Amino acid sequence: MSVRILRKPVFWWGVLFALTWLLSVYGKTIATGLDMKWLVKYPTAWVFPLKGMISDTMKWLVEDEGLFTMTTRAISWTVAQPYDLVRALLADGFDHGQGRDAVQILPPLSWITVIAMVMALGHYAKNWGLAALVGAAFAYLAIFGQWQSAMITLASVLIAVPIGVIGGLLLGILAYRHPRFDRMLTPVLDLMQTIPIFAYLVPILMMFGFNPVSALVATVIYAMPPMVRITTKSLNAVDPEIKDFGNMTGCTRAQMTWRILVPAAQNSLMIGVNQVIMLSLNMVIIASMIGAGGLGFDVLASLRKLDIGGGFEAGIAIVVLAIAIDRLSQAFAERAHVTAPKGTPWLARHPRTIVVAIVLIAALVIGYILPAFQTYPKAQTLTTGAFWDDSVKYLNINFYDQFEAVKIFFLKGFMLPLKWFLLSVPWPWMIGVVVLIGWRFGGWKLALMNLIMAAFIVSTGLWVKAMISVYLCGASVILACVIGIPIGVLAAVNARAGRIIGVVIDTLQTLPSFVYLIPVVMLLGIGDFTAMIAIVLYALAPAVRYTAHGVRSVSGDLIEAGVVSGCTRRQILTRIRLPLALPDILLGINQTIMLALSMLVITALVGSRDLGQEVYIALAKADTGRGIVAGLGVAFIAIIADRIISASARNARVRYGLEAAHG
Amino acid sequence: MNALPKLACRHVWKLYGPGAESFLQANPDPTLDGIRSAGLIPAVRNANIDIKDGEIFVIMGLSGSGKSTLVRCLSRLIEPTAGELRFHGEDLRAMSNKEMIEIRRHKLGMVFQHFALLPHLTVLQNVAFPLSIQGRKKAEAEARAREVISLVGLEGREDYFPRELSGGQQQRVGIARSLAVEPELWFLDEPFSALDPLIRREMQDEFMRLQGMLKKTIVFITHDFDEAIRLADRIAIMKDGGVIQVATPEELVLSPASDYVEEFTRHIPRAKVMSVGAVMDKGAQGSGAGILLTTKIAQVAEEVVASDTPLSVVDKDGTPVGAISREAIIPILARAGG
Repeated sequence: MSVRILRKPVFWWGVLFALTWLLSVYGKTIATGLDMKWLVKYPTAWVFPLKGMISDTMKWLVEDEGLFTMTTRAISWTVAQPYDLVRALLADGFDHGQGRDAVQILPPLSWITVIAMVMALGHYAKNWGLAALVGAAFAYLAIFGQWQSAMITLASVLIAVPIGVIGGLLLGILAYRHPRFDRMLTPVLDLMQTIPIFAYLVPILMMFGFNPVSALVATVIYAMPPMVRITTKSLNAVDPEIKDFGNMTGCTRAQMTWRILVPAAQNSLMIGVNQVIMLSLNMVIIASMIGAGGLGFDVLASLRKLDIGGGFEAGIAIVVLAIAIDRLSQAFAERAHVTAPKGTPWLARHPRTIVVAIVLIAALVIGYILPAFQTYPKAQTLTTGAFWDDSVKYLNINFYDQFEAVKIFFLKGFMLPLKWFLLSVPWPWMIGVVVLIGWRFGGWKLALMNLIMAAFIVSTGLWVKAMISVYLCGASVILACVIGIPIGVLAAVNARAGRIIGVVIDTLQTLPSFVYLIPVVMLLGIGDFTAMIAIVLYALAPAVRYTAHGVRSVSGDLIEAGVVSGCTRRQILTRIRLPLALPDILLGINQTIMLALSMLVITALVGSRDLGQEVYIALAKADTGRGIVAGLGVAFIAIIADRIISASARNARVRYGLEAAHG
Repeated sequence: MNALPKLACRHVWKLYGPGAESFLQANPDPTLDGIRSAGLIPAVRNANIDIKDGEIFVIMGLSGSGKSTLVRCLSRLIEPTAGELRFHGEDLRAMSNKEMIEIRRHKLGMVFQHFALLPHLTVLQNVAFPLSIQGRKKAEAEARAREVISLVGLEGREDYFPRELSGGQQQRVGIARSLAVEPELWFLDEPFSALDPLIRREMQDEFMRLQGMLKKTIVFITHDFDEAIRLADRIAIMKDGGVIQVATPEELVLSPASDYVEEFTRHIPRAKVMSVGAVMDKGAQGSGAGILLTTKIAQVAEEVVASDTPLSVVDKDGTPVGAISREAIIPILARAGG
């Protein structure tokens, strides 16, 4: 009997937790008693000066006039050309001459033309409904005075997206053709996706300077990895018969790629394109910190001035733009080919092109006479800034005590104990725990990897900040799961609730991470609690979505078997649906953790003292080494969490026979 | 008929797993257990077949028997681990990639189980695709494509997309596409297996009609023994990667090489595969205009049973060679369903 208990996982976890708890309580006393203070506080003298080394290398690279600087200048020039063109077209107009002597020879596209264009695209991609939606979104931008900034943001997206898509496609094809390249690329992509964006803003800033090109480069680096992955995955998923057909027809390798594989994978590739668009939009906002301007800059400037109304308006403009672009690109991805009637003349087949051309010329000509046709008149713009300011004031005056009570309840009852617990466990034991868990789920390989990564964090002197990051993310993830998993279950078992929740979650995912900060800061001021709420809002979506998917996809036969065996609804949920959905729920938690970590740096704006803040400071001081090392720290935390949870999800799937033991 | 087979396949092996090639060099003729205990997966074992000019050669086997792998070895879609392939006497395995591309572009065609149509192209573009891959002019390719589309009875559907068609129609597109280049050797990999039984029957008739016109050399893969019997000039039966027997449908039914083969033939109505020549009374005299030696019994059963005297059997020159009586065919008809 006792032996059986010893073998149970509950026992294993119980002992591990109890030991950790004891050490967190008595660690300090033991360390003092043994005269080994280094157990609880990693000595500064032991810190490996990695960040200085990276900074020096970077400095040497940038200051040394050679191949490196030539390359960066070449990239800079190449990216700047199309960007300047699109920006001139949408926002600035075409000038002749330099500086003050500049004469505008052609104005930018009139707001009416742009709205006509996006409506035409909406109609082409889907129907009048979509045309109306995107038309209304762009009209909103004009009416609420966000046009100029929105067009600058749009210009960045329009340049970043093709570069990201084409680059991702080519790399993906290469990885598909050469499995060895694929194996080399995967860890690089992992890093690109997990290092916080801010960490590589610094070196990019040093290489390309404070200008839109830096922002574009950062955006592309951030937005490309999913395209690479989706390309490789969807090319691999092309029906082998179609590949055989290509070979039997005598396709050369190029014909095979461009005439068979890529078109056959078109639909899944479009999902990648949509991802690139959404990530670019998210990043363009963040990149406004290094010179992209546009809506992101407006939000940032307002946040700094604590101009709640202005920030909120720019924030909503971002949301509106994001939703319009997202719906458009999704419609393009799902657009079905239709049988075109034969023999219709060109004019009849391209009605939208004609309409847009007419609007373009008309707006241009009339715009010279009536400026309102060129630029939306300032006098007619609406602003809701004052309204938001007033509502926040009202809420703060009348409900301050309530907000404070909630805040203090969470801080005292949940966040601070967790923080204290994590900070007081001696670091060698914490590393040991991470290694043990790695060993339990993924064998010695995972254990070794965890050891190396944890050792990196401690040896670069980032332990305390890393633990604060873990605490902040951990608290947010726990809260997100407590809220998200029940919502996901509800969405799965109740079709009507599911539809509503689906729309809300879709919208939440479309919003750039920045946007979440604004309302939370408005109501709760700054601090850890605010940071946690913002992270929860941002990271909630995957917990809900994966849970709903997992619960929904439990096979109907099993449910019927349950019903026939006389299960109540509750029993069906707890005995059948939830256990079988466990692997999916775990993956959802995994995604939630990833999003939470990526939000860290942004919450540094509201004063959390974690690795995110470290990265943010590095950005302010243009300290490459500091930024990269802290960024790697965040990435390593993310990778450790990801590998452990993926391994346990795999174990669960193997246990249920959904996946072969080694495959 | 040409003496040289169109495609000859000698001692072809395909083993999956690490070190398959060196294993086969060390043991040129391993047993099934030998292969498995070496950790390799036998997909094709020592296949020897000749595809003769103008015949329908059916490769029949259950799933996992290696028939799909074998047909892909024949066209070098899968590189065999060992063995020899001769196309018109030329060594196919010695050919460079470039030569292979040329042969596939002009001499081979293939139809797939799940049609393998390109979803983003219309029917016309799908059928014209192999021609445009060869670099032919668009107008020329489309003219030829229209020709084959009407051959398979799909006129008027040229501008449809594959998913707007039914399964049977999609496979007609697949057939038209593979015929567009006028292949010398036509591979059909379970072309009708994904279709409903009624449509399958209709497509088999359609296929026989086309073959009556085109007289292609065909390698046809199926897991359906009835289909094999219906269509084949000769059948190769595969099991565990090995070819168990190669014979005409009649030979298979009359003298199955093993219990495994017999198991398949048991349910086949004998009268449909056995010819008059196999049961006639040799040298005997009969009445009537003379039944051709190779006629299937089922086709003349009614006539023979109705006649009180044996009927005369003639060879293809019209010379009487024997007679067939009611008594000879009744036992065959009686065990129609096995």
